[in-house]
Amino acid sequence: MRSQLKSMLLITALVVTASPAQAEESLWSWLGNPFRQKEFNPVSNAAYREECGACHFAYQPGLMPAKSWQKLLDAKALADHFGENAELDADTLQEVRTFALENAADKSYYKRARKIAVATENETPLRITEVRYIKRKHHEIPEKMVKGNKDVKSLSYCDACHTQAGKAVFDADTVRIPNYPDWDD
Amino acid sequence: MKKLVAAACALSMLLSPLAFATPESDALLQEYRTEGAGKADPVKGKQNWERVVEMDGAQMSCANSCHNSDFAKDGKHHKTGKVIKPMSVKVNPERYTNIKKMKKWFKRNCNDAWGRDCTAQEKADFLAFMLAQ
Repeated sequence: MRSQLKSMLLITALVVTASPAQAEESLWSWLGNPFRQKEFNPVSNAAYREECGACHFAYQPGLMPAKSWQKLLDAKALADHFGENAELDADTLQEVRTFALENAADKSYYKRARKIAVATENETPLRITEVRYIKRKHHEIPEKMVKGNKDVKSLSYCDACHTQAGKAVFDADTVRIPNYPDWDD
Repeated sequence: MKKLVAAACALSMLLSPLAFATPESDALLQEYRTEGAGKADPVKGKQNWERVVEMDGAQMSCANSCHNSDFAKDGKHHKTGKVIKPMSVKVNPERYTNIKKMKKWFKRNCNDAWGRDCTAQEKADFLAFMLAQ
């Protein structure tokens, strides 16, 4: 019995560690990684981080479903990206787009990404602020702390309050609202 | 004689505005020449840099909408609020060292500010002006 248990443990360990699917997104790493499955897959692609982050917070692809990224990260669409020209050369666009699509909410095992995938089943949000789950999570925050706060201005500036947003951590404990030091969830 | 030398020096400084050119900016200028640009004119570049145009009801200019008229200081994007590092190569040595980046931003910014691509000549003029700061 004991040796049976041992061999089962060994097999499990082998499957988890030696699985060829060691990528961030695999089911095995999700199962074997109890800490990071809570949030979002962090931005692990340099081109994505640099190109998106050159103008705004580099939103983790898990914040929106693949159908949203597909619409946004299109050569034509990027020429008018919310009023700005954000064109990329073909190779860079391909890399950025592939990373986004492969890590989109509906392709991710991370908990918040899963929730966003469910919340967007019947819609294709193009803005982070249109995502139902994100709206719901913020609806108790008074407007004066966001829109009326000169150091925040909009929910789209994730890292204005989420101090660990760059690491894909959005937990309430990590929130510091500028000019409202006493705010507590 | 001294005066003459001084005048010659001043003149040569005026004639070589690309005091802070990088190998990459030189290569890009060369490329613009093959695309039909004549001599890069920093004075014209400055005029375009300061030119105010109306876009979607806003008064836009390179000097004030995103970049700082002081090349040594950070600029701020008029819409997103994103801090844009200084344009001066003296203060920000990373500027003008990546051809791909320079092309990318010329393409985007010309379209954002003027609603069209800039001509090779306009880009050459801009470069000449910016590198002289």
